[in-house]
Amino acid sequence: MNEDSKLLKNEKRFTWNTQMIVLAVVVVLWIFLGIRSEYFFTTSNIKNIMRQMAIQGVLSVGMVVVIITAGIDLSVGAVVALVNILMSKMVVGGTPIWLSILTCLLLASALGFINGIVVFDLRVPAFIATLGMMSIARGATLLISKGNNIFGLPRSIANFASSDFLGIPSLFWFLIIVTVIIELMLRLTRFGRYVYALGSNVEAARLSGVNIRLVTYGVYTLAGFLWGVGGILETSRLWMGVPTTGTGYELDAIAAAVLGGASLFGAEGNAIGAFFGALVMITIYNGAVLLNINPFWQRIIVGIILIATVAVDQIRKRRS
Amino acid sequence: MSTTENAIAMVGINKSFPGVQALKDVDFYLKPGEAKALVGENGAGKSTLIKILTGAYSQDSGEIFVFGKKIEKMTPIISEQLGISAVYQNLVLANHLTVAENILLGNEPSKWGFVSKKTMFKEAEKVLDKIGYADVISPDQKLSELTAAQQGMVAIARALSRNARIMIFDEPTAVLAVREVKELFRVIKQLKENGISIIYISHRLEEIFELCDTALVLKDGKVVGEREVSETNIDELISMMVGREIKKDLYNPNKNIGKEVLRIENLSNFKLKNCSLTVREGEIVGLYGLVGSGRTELSRAIFGADPIDSGKIFVEGKEVKIKSPSGAIKLGLGLIPEDRRQHGLALKLNVKHNINLPVYEKIGKMGFISLSKEIENARNFVKILSIKTPSLKQIVSNLSGGNQQKVVVAKWLASKSKVFIMDEPTNGIDVGAKEEIYELMNNLAMEGAGVLFISSYMPELMSICDRIVVMREGKVVGEIPHEEFSEEKILSMAIKNNTSEEVRDKNE
Ligand SMILES: Nc1ncnc2c1ncn2[C@@H]1O[C@H](COP(=O)(O)OP(=O)(O)OP(=O)(O)O)[C@@H](O)[C@H]1O
Ligand SMILES: [Mg+2]
Repeated sequence: MNEDSKLLKNEKRFTWNTQMIVLAVVVVLWIFLGIRSEYFFTTSNIKNIMRQMAIQGVLSVGMVVVIITAGIDLSVGAVVALVNILMSKMVVGGTPIWLSILTCLLLASALGFINGIVVFDLRVPAFIATLGMMSIARGATLLISKGNNIFGLPRSIANFASSDFLGIPSLFWFLIIVTVIIELMLRLTRFGRYVYALGSNVEAARLSGVNIRLVTYGVYTLAGFLWGVGGILETSRLWMGVPTTGTGYELDAIAAAVLGGASLFGAEGNAIGAFFGALVMITIYNGAVLLNINPFWQRIIVGIILIATVAVDQIRKRRS
Repeated sequence: MSTTENAIAMVGINKSFPGVQALKDVDFYLKPGEAKALVGENGAGKSTLIKILTGAYSQDSGEIFVFGKKIEKMTPIISEQLGISAVYQNLVLANHLTVAENILLGNEPSKWGFVSKKTMFKEAEKVLDKIGYADVISPDQKLSELTAAQQGMVAIARALSRNARIMIFDEPTAVLAVREVKELFRVIKQLKENGISIIYISHRLEEIFELCDTALVLKDGKVVGEREVSETNIDELISMMVGREIKKDLYNPNKNIGKEVLRIENLSNFKLKNCSLTVREGEIVGLYGLVGSGRTELSRAIFGADPIDSGKIFVEGKEVKIKSPSGAIKLGLGLIPEDRRQHGLALKLNVKHNINLPVYEKIGKMGFISLSKEIENARNFVKILSIKTPSLKQIVSNLSGGNQQKVVVAKWLASKSKVFIMDEPTNGIDVGAKEEIYELMNNLAMEGAGVLFISSYMPELMSICDRIVVMREGKVVGEIPHEEFSEEKILSMAIKNNTSEEVRDKNE
């Protein structure tokens, strides 16, 4: 009995984990920005931050699942663009909105599924497989759009992006829902346990009876589906089809996941962490605009914060 | 004892990790040319002490003197310069490099910065020859192509190549069979004669009486005593380590041996040649063979982890096709793999997650896990196997080697299989816990399961098996019932005798 309570007590022990470090970074940034710009804490700016963060956040949460398996998906930005163009083209061409959305989600999931097959069955490293997919999806986007923006989407699509629900931007609700679902999936389901197991030791997982093929397919298909969701939200936010949209999204998503505690070596990370990682990135982008900082500096700052957070985390781990 | 006349003096060493104090005020002295054994239960702190000596960890407090010189801050580099070399229990070798590269890593012979492959191979071959392995392991083989045992020999060769003055062996024999152990001992004795000091860690206590001058016993991070080997015996060491007596003969003759649960007929693949054997309900069948005889390959082939070219497998009398481990598990098989780090554990995950990995299918509904059952299951096995961990959420790589092995065993006990294939299940496990594992195997058999017990440690096979099947060079060469067990008999089957045919076989 005594042993039991000891085991339990230790489980609840408080530890300074990466998410809390990231949260601390966010709070410091907010205080700093709040002092430097009186506009920062206004409702309109906060809603603005939420809207900007929604898409980036959904992608980061999708990315973290892939990264936990020690994989990576570089096709994210290109698939977002493909969905954006395809959906615009379909809706402008008269297809009902629901059907366009459904088609786009199916297509994005299918592309993810293909990534899964290439990674698992053809044994192409995820980095290369999804780099290839990135190029293919971008090429298809440019082909379909002939390189031109697509205009003429109905007003309702743009209205959705600027609408609120219960005082919170509708776009942000998507992020909340996605984060909660993925977090619960990772924590409470068998699939979630297998995702971590795959990231720690594929062979041990296989010998434990885990169907590693299905888990790999599942992870990349889920990621593809979330890129689809991101692409649809992007279409609503842009209110047009822009073939070059989504450039650099893969880096933002990876950075957010890593800021949130994911390790590219696998088996570490979670959805809530990725959420906060995305929050840090958006705070920096938003703050830079408010403070009139040259936008080129934003990327430099993000790079420094990313490296610093991970370095601090590594040092902390080595100490313990 | 003074700090100057010793090769090593570690004084008042303390070290704690979150939730555990691994070492408490430990004093450790080693004279030049002395061979000292370090013994203690799993998690007693043996490896931690060694890692402090080699600079892998730094102590919280305490002093280290090497040949009378005080070392302010030990690092792996300083330690190596001082002539301290270690063969760790968890091999730290590079899987994708060749044997030669592994042996000479960081120490490559070079001319103006260029490494000559030829000289490297020659050097590596020379060291391998010293331990009698030049004709078994070729310097240009990839490490990943070798068995765990052969990898162990490479690790030893690597330490040998550095002209060490103090050599540390942390459970080097855990994966070796009789012949390899003899070979290793010959090498260690030779080192000792050349004035090299030895620190030797092993859970096979009789080895200590063959090799060492003194034995230091650790328990829960504290020194409980030191003995001259010539003035003590195994029982005394065990009672110092464990605090109780250990049963000698664990054979249980009252098992109800019933129908066949597993039968394989003429199984062949890249390594196996027409292997056949059977395991019945309530039976513990030993599988013995030298390193490289195909025991591990046979276990993997049965379990669907490696492909088979031909042959049949029957489970409970029905012929089955096993294509993957998950298929094998569905049929009621369980495999405790030989190599816990590569195949047994997800090292970055916690104890609870690892123990439950094979049973997640069974605990929960519609893809959701029953968290309470998950905890209950893990806690249950942590208790049964007395796994020493500060919590169920401890990351497995932070456990001591023996406790990691217990997690692998726990994983499969939880699966409630009908046939358990256990490949070196007691690898790195202390005497007390070994007894518990044998007891568990007996219980499994009493409950009607069949156990196929693979081990290169003959005494344990002879003490609990009903039959021992012997393999040699990918073939099943014989079978001995319990009444006829004798070490000579088993060995003569395992070692090739009428040579000409066998040699041709091997070289084809
Ligand atoms: N890196 C680490 N982080 C946390 N705890 C650790 C770490 N390394 C060792 N420990 C703990 O310190 C204690 C001593 O471990 P150590 O590896 O020295 O045991 P050992 O005597 O070598 O046991 P074994 O016979 O099982 O190899 C154990 O309780 C272990 O869980
Ligand atoms: Mg150890």
